[in-house]
Amino acid sequence: MPQNPFFWWAGLITALLLAPLLPGVINKTKACFVGRQGPSLLQPYYNLHKLFRKDCIRSSTSCGPLAWAPGLELSALLLALLFLPYANQLSPFAFTGDAFLFAYLLGLGRFALVIGAMDTGSSFEGMGASREVQFAALTEGAFFAVIGFLAFASRSLNLSEMLSCPLPANVPTVIAAVILAAGIAFIVMLVENSRVPFDDPETHLELTMIHEAMILDYSGPDLGFILYSAALKLWLMTALVVLMLLPGDLASAPVLFILHLLGVLLGGIVIGAVEAVSARFRFLKLPQFLLGALCTALIALALTVIGTGGGR
Amino acid sequence: MTATTLTINNATAAPLQEVPSLPVNDFRDTLQELVQQQEHRVSAFFGLPASPAGRGLELVAVLSHPEAGKCELVRTAVQDSFPSLTPDCPAFHWFERELAEQYCLEIPGHPWLKPIRFQPPLPGACSRKTATAPNLTVGDTNYFTLAGEACHEVAVGPVHAGVIEPGHFRFQCLGEDVYSLEISLGYQHRGLEKMLPGGPDRRTLPLIATASGDSSIASTTAYAQLCESLDPGLQPESGALLLRGIAAELERLANHVGDLGALAGDVAFLTTAAFCGRLRGEFLNMTAEICGNRFGRNLVCPGGVNMTFTPAQAGKILAWLQRVLPEVENALELMFESATVLDRFEGTGTVSKAAALELGLVGPAARACGVALDLRHSHPYGCYKVSAPALAAGTSGDVLARAWLRRQEIAASAAWLQKQLAGWQKENCRHRGTPRLAPGMIAVSMVEAWRGEMCHVAVTAADGTFRRYKIVDPSFHNWFGLAMAMRGEQISHFPICNKSFNLSYCGHDL
Repeated sequence: MPQNPFFWWAGLITALLLAPLLPGVINKTKACFVGRQGPSLLQPYYNLHKLFRKDCIRSSTSCGPLAWAPGLELSALLLALLFLPYANQLSPFAFTGDAFLFAYLLGLGRFALVIGAMDTGSSFEGMGASREVQFAALTEGAFFAVIGFLAFASRSLNLSEMLSCPLPANVPTVIAAVILAAGIAFIVMLVENSRVPFDDPETHLELTMIHEAMILDYSGPDLGFILYSAALKLWLMTALVVLMLLPGDLASAPVLFILHLLGVLLGGIVIGAVEAVSARFRFLKLPQFLLGALCTALIALALTVIGTGGGR
Repeated sequence: MTATTLTINNATAAPLQEVPSLPVNDFRDTLQELVQQQEHRVSAFFGLPASPAGRGLELVAVLSHPEAGKCELVRTAVQDSFPSLTPDCPAFHWFERELAEQYCLEIPGHPWLKPIRFQPPLPGACSRKTATAPNLTVGDTNYFTLAGEACHEVAVGPVHAGVIEPGHFRFQCLGEDVYSLEISLGYQHRGLEKMLPGGPDRRTLPLIATASGDSSIASTTAYAQLCESLDPGLQPESGALLLRGIAAELERLANHVGDLGALAGDVAFLTTAAFCGRLRGEFLNMTAEICGNRFGRNLVCPGGVNMTFTPAQAGKILAWLQRVLPEVENALELMFESATVLDRFEGTGTVSKAAALELGLVGPAARACGVALDLRHSHPYGCYKVSAPALAAGTSGDVLARAWLRRQEIAASAAWLQKQLAGWQKENCRHRGTPRLAPGMIAVSMVEAWRGEMCHVAVTAADGTFRRYKIVDPSFHNWFGLAMAMRGEQISHFPICNKSFNLSYCGHDL
């Protein structure tokens, strides 16, 4: 596989610059589905611009975490971004086992927000934090089942190799397994990014919120950090799904780069379509659903074991 | 039973002297027997100061029966206290709290005697009123609390994140489960019942129309019927009555469609939410086509209606309806065909039929529990004496039942409206007059607003003005139903439970 570090760097910079476009694409898609014009694609940028010009107002009951949580979350996500193989080019920072660092950097970002939410002492934020952690614990299982599948299929614990290695595409069970695992990764992405049907990022109903309830007390640049982090996380996890589906030996690096970019934006349209046709699940249904996702990911793993004859 | 009550028809008047005045104990026994054994509902229960200056208070109860089509009136005189009926008949719960607040009446035995509106006592309240200086900071009261490791309290409002009216909700939760919900209102109190005595005058009609702004037609119809029953010279012609009915059904359609859209919005089902938001506007615009105001503020008046309504206008609205109704059907079909939506609605916020009857719920909230209660059928008034939209019914009492019932009512009202508009012959039904009310009378007028039974009671003084004007909004009966629906429910289901009732804050607070 020819490597071209230029396209990896281009992929990273695109992610940093275009991440806020993705929520814009989702909202535009939703608006199209219901026959509305919808906000401009660039609306998330306008919002960030507005927030960064404002002052922060911080709760006087806070003892600190409220203030540093947004920065910690953004730093964790920026670090995690370094390990994805954009356009199927190996990350220059990759090392064996970085898949775990990747997963727990995302976990660290969430931990920061949860601690910040608990710090406010508000009952809404406490409820939001409690829900976030409850569902995150269940999502983690499904996410690691997907990582396990990738590790087994690629015989590697290096995230770059896991996502960019050419799979034995002539084995039908492996193709089925890849599609299953990518589906589960898509579901994990929806949960992790608090999208419908698991959470509703647009709602104003504080009693039903998960992620949004945790950030009710934030304003100004703090909120801007959180919104930008959320956009980065959405981009990063959508890119993960796209990379799983995009075989590394498909084309040359420039074409892969274009495909990667289009894939992520198409991911935004798919998310928008899912949100437009589905109502939100009730909370009691989420644990069942997430455990089901874990089992499906394990089936994908089993299929790969069978398809590749198992063993090393 | 001997004549312990006075029986009258809906929208009629009788001399106050003919209403039997019983000793307090007999009064309580009569009410208890009627409500507990004979399935009567408490439509109104209010105080009537003996005279502006004097001590003492009369309590007047208006009971109605869902089938008999009559109203039972009975009264009693009390001094400072009235032993509570609530432990035996929960339907009196809210009325007794109102009496305690409006007239500083002591209600011994009441399990939940807190202010409901945090309003100052009405003029003519007992002279004892300074004995317990009422706390008049709205929302400042002793809320029920739950103690222990596993429980927590969530307070919502009075300022909400959406564009809705103010109200305070206090949840006692065990994790995600609600143990109890306490609702504290009063933020919208404007002192309506204090402003109405002395009327009718030029401001009476606008005040009534804005008692609860989304039920203007129902409210003004109830008022107009009261005036007409108290002034035999003021009789509306059949065209005016029919136009009132047409406007009332348009009001029902607009609100039902809007609420179903809002329910869809609360479960993040975008398509129906977006379509219904627009379609609600179509029905409001039809009302504006009739009278120039989207909420029908200027349509109904004592003696008839304020507007002419020509066959050409009827034809225009009929064609408009025929264009819009398939779109409504389409938008609702999307929602009720969606498994994810049904999963959210089904089994959520259930109120049992027994609870609905005991609490005296009204309107769609009661019908969804299997209580066949619709004044257009049980106590027909105005044009509904001739024909009324079909009675809708539900059984399960959950959010799905309330939503489904609204859908049935949309279909029934739409069919009825199309029939009436197609047959509209009158060229001119405009008729109005100045009410000259008979003195010393009591009149009861009940209409089926889109939220349910709305009861107006007027007592006239010797000079033919209102001595007391009592408004019982359907929300007054139903707020406690929402609290019951939330017991044991997930706290995240509160928004859809709330929206499925969609009660009025200002109609309650007056």
